[in-house]
Amino acid sequence: MKNWLSTIQQNKRLQAIIIGLYIVVTFLSLYLAQKSVVAFLLLLSSLLLLYFTTFSNRVKWLIGGFVLVVLLPFAASQGEAYQSYMEVATLVGIYIAMALGLNIVVGLAGLLDLGFVAFFALGAYTYGIFATSQANNFMPFGQYPLSGESFWVFIFIGCLVAALFGVLLGIPVLRVKGDYLAIVTLGFGEIIRIIFNNLDKPVNITNGAMGLASVQPPRLFGIDFMYPSQFYYIVLVILIAVIFAVRRLEFSKIGRAWKAVRENEIAAQAMGIHLVRTKLMAFAVGASFSGMMGVVFAAKQTFVDPTSFTLLESITILVMVILGGMGSVPGVILGAALVTILNLQVLTELTNWLNQLSLNGVINVPDALSPAKMQRFIFGIILIFFALYRPQGLLPAKNPAFDEDELKNTEGNLVNTSVQKEATQHVHLDR
Amino acid sequence: MSILTVKNLTKQFGGLVANSNINMEVQKGSITAVIGPNGAGKTTFFNMVTGVYQPTSGEILLNNESIVGLKPHQVTKKGIARTFQNIRLFGAITVLENVMIGMHNHLHGGLFSTILNLPRVRKEEKEARKEAYRLLEYVGLESFFNEEARNLPYGAQRKLEIARALATKPKVLLLDEPAAGMNPKETSELTKLIYNMRAELDLTIVLIEHDMKLVMEISEHIVVLDHGEKIAEGTPDEIRNNEKVIEAYLGKGAATTAS
Ligand SMILES: Nc1ncnc2c1ncn2[C@@H]1O[C@H](COP(=O)(O)OP(=O)(O)OP(=O)(O)O)[C@@H](O)[C@H]1O
Ligand SMILES: [Mg+2]
Repeated sequence: MKNWLSTIQQNKRLQAIIIGLYIVVTFLSLYLAQKSVVAFLLLLSSLLLLYFTTFSNRVKWLIGGFVLVVLLPFAASQGEAYQSYMEVATLVGIYIAMALGLNIVVGLAGLLDLGFVAFFALGAYTYGIFATSQANNFMPFGQYPLSGESFWVFIFIGCLVAALFGVLLGIPVLRVKGDYLAIVTLGFGEIIRIIFNNLDKPVNITNGAMGLASVQPPRLFGIDFMYPSQFYYIVLVILIAVIFAVRRLEFSKIGRAWKAVRENEIAAQAMGIHLVRTKLMAFAVGASFSGMMGVVFAAKQTFVDPTSFTLLESITILVMVILGGMGSVPGVILGAALVTILNLQVLTELTNWLNQLSLNGVINVPDALSPAKMQRFIFGIILIFFALYRPQGLLPAKNPAFDEDELKNTEGNLVNTSVQKEATQHVHLDR
Repeated sequence: MSILTVKNLTKQFGGLVANSNINMEVQKGSITAVIGPNGAGKTTFFNMVTGVYQPTSGEILLNNESIVGLKPHQVTKKGIARTFQNIRLFGAITVLENVMIGMHNHLHGGLFSTILNLPRVRKEEKEARKEAYRLLEYVGLESFFNEEARNLPYGAQRKLEIARALATKPKVLLLDEPAAGMNPKETSELTKLIYNMRAELDLTIVLIEHDMKLVMEISEHIVVLDHGEKIAEGTPDEIRNNEKVIEAYLGKGAATTAS
C-alpha cells in the first residue's frame, strides 16, 4: 500500500491519468444518473483528490476551477435535481467562507469565538433591511426596497459592517482570555440575535420575529438572480477571493503576528506586536467574510429571520474548523464541506430512506430518532472524537517550508541591517 | 555613557518586596551581569525594564528618556529586546518564522497590500526571509530553519530566543539565564556568541546568569541582588572578593570560582 502510494506520488503522469479518469467517470455518472447524490458527491471529491496530487498550485487551481465552473454545473444541469444540487453547492461555499473566517479567529489567532454567526446575521440583515420595504419605516430619505443592482455594493457594505462590529465587539471582549472569552462571545452572538428578534419596536427596523420577506434578488445587466444555479457563481467568486485573501494573510507579517499571539502572548509582545490591534484585526477580517456571505444568504433565501442565526449555527461553524484542522485552510475547507453535506444531504437522505422503509413496513423508526434530528448529537460525537483522537483535524495545519537556496542567496544587501557584513570582520577577543 | 539608567526602582507583590530601591547604570556597549540567589528579584527587574510589570515606584531611563508605563511592545520599539528564563518560543511555528516574527516592526506590509500581494510586499517578505536566515546562521541554527521550534534541543531553543530578539534590532539586549540547561560546550559557544554580538552588532548586553564561570569571564560590570536589594556592584574581581556577596551565596559559588 505504502509502496504504490509513493510510486504514484513520484509519477506525475500517473497522477494526471488517475485524476483525469476519476473526473471523467464521476462526471459521466452524474451526467447519466441524474438522481444520484453519490455521483454528485464523488464529482465534488475530485477536488480533494486534486489536493493530494503533486501538481503545481497553478495547475491545481486551473483543474479545480474547471471542475467547479464548468463540469459540476453542466453535469448536474441535465435533470430535475439540478437546482437542489446547486443549492447544496452554494451553501457549501457559504459555509466554507464563514469557516475560513472563523479559522482566522480561532485557528490562527487562538481566540475561541462561540458567537461567530452574529456577523453572518449582520450581513444578512444589512442587505435584508434595505432590499425590502422595511427600510421605509425608519429611513428619513430614499425609496426602498433598493433595486437588485445595489446587491453588488452591499457585498462590500456587509463586509464593512461585519468588520466594524468585529472591532466593536473586540474592544470590550478582548480584556478576557480563554474560557471567559468563549463565554463572552457566546453572549454576544445571542444578544445580536435577540436584538434582531426584538427590534420591531419602538421603531420597526428588523420586523422582529416575523422576519424580512421578499428580499430583492440581485440584478446584473437586467438579469435577476433567482436560482441556486445562479447564486452558485456569486458564491464561487467570493469564495475564491476569500481563499486567496486568507492564504496570503496566513503567510504574511499579519498572519505570523496572529500565530505568535496564539502561541505565546508575552513573547509576542516582546517581539513588538501590538496585542490588541492584532486581535482586533483577526476579529475584523474573520467577521468580514461572514458579513459578505450574509448578504448573499439574504438574497438567496429572499427571507431573513432570527431563527437562521442561532447558537447551533455558531457551533456548526466551529465544528467545521475543528473537524478540518484548526489553522489549516485546506482542512477547514474540507471540514466545512463535509459538515454542510452531512447536514443537507446525508442526514436528509437517510431520513427519507428510513421514512420510505417505515412506510413500506420494513422497520419502524420513531420520528424522534430520525437522523435529521440528530444533528447536535452527531456534532457532539464528532467534537469528542476529534478532541480525543485527532486534535489537529483531518488535514492538519502545515507550516510553510522554505527553500534553502532561496534563503542563502545573498546577492542583494539588506536595507538597513548588516549582520552578515559585519560578521565577516575579525574580532579579537582579549581574554 | 549610560544607556540604561534605573533609579530607586521598587516592585511589590502584595507584601512581598521583589525589588527594593534598585539603582544602577548600564554603560553603552558594555556587558553587565545581574546575579543573585534564587528569588533575588532578577527576573522581576527585567520584567519591569521591558514593561511586563509596572514598577511600584522608581524610574527607568533609556538614553535619558523614561520608559516607565510603556507597554512591552512599545519598549521593544524603543530598542530593548529580551529572552526569557522559561523559554517562550512560538512552538508550533518554524524556526525561520520565529525569527521573522521578531522583525514585526521592521516590515510594512499592511492588510490590503498583503491581500493584493503587491510586489512591494513580496519583495519585503523575500528579504525578511533571507535576513532571518542570516540571523540563524549568526547564532548557528541555520540547519534547523524549517523545523518547528518546539522540536529543537534545549540549547538550540535558547539560541533561537537570542536570534529572535536580535531580529527586533535592539540597542539593549537582556538575556535571562541564557546558559541555563546548556552543557559546557554549548556554554562556551554561547560565551563567544555574546562577545561577538556586542562587538559586531553595536549592542549593550545585560544578562542574568547563575553560571559564575560565564559571568566572571564575560562581564565588565556585575550587579548583585539579594532579597530584592542591590547588595553590591563592581568589576568581576571586586565582586569575587566582596564579603556580602560571598555571604549571600553561603560562601559557595562566587568564592570557589574565584580561585
Ligand atoms: N507575578 C508575581 N506575583 C507574585 N510574586 C512574584 C511574581 N513574580 C515574581 N514574584 C516573586 O518575586 C520574587 C523574585 O522573583 P524573581 O523571579 O524575580 O527571582 P529571580 O531572581 O529571577 O530568581 P531565579 O534565579 O530563581 O530565576 C520571588 O519571591 C517570586 O516569588
Ligand atoms: Mg529569574
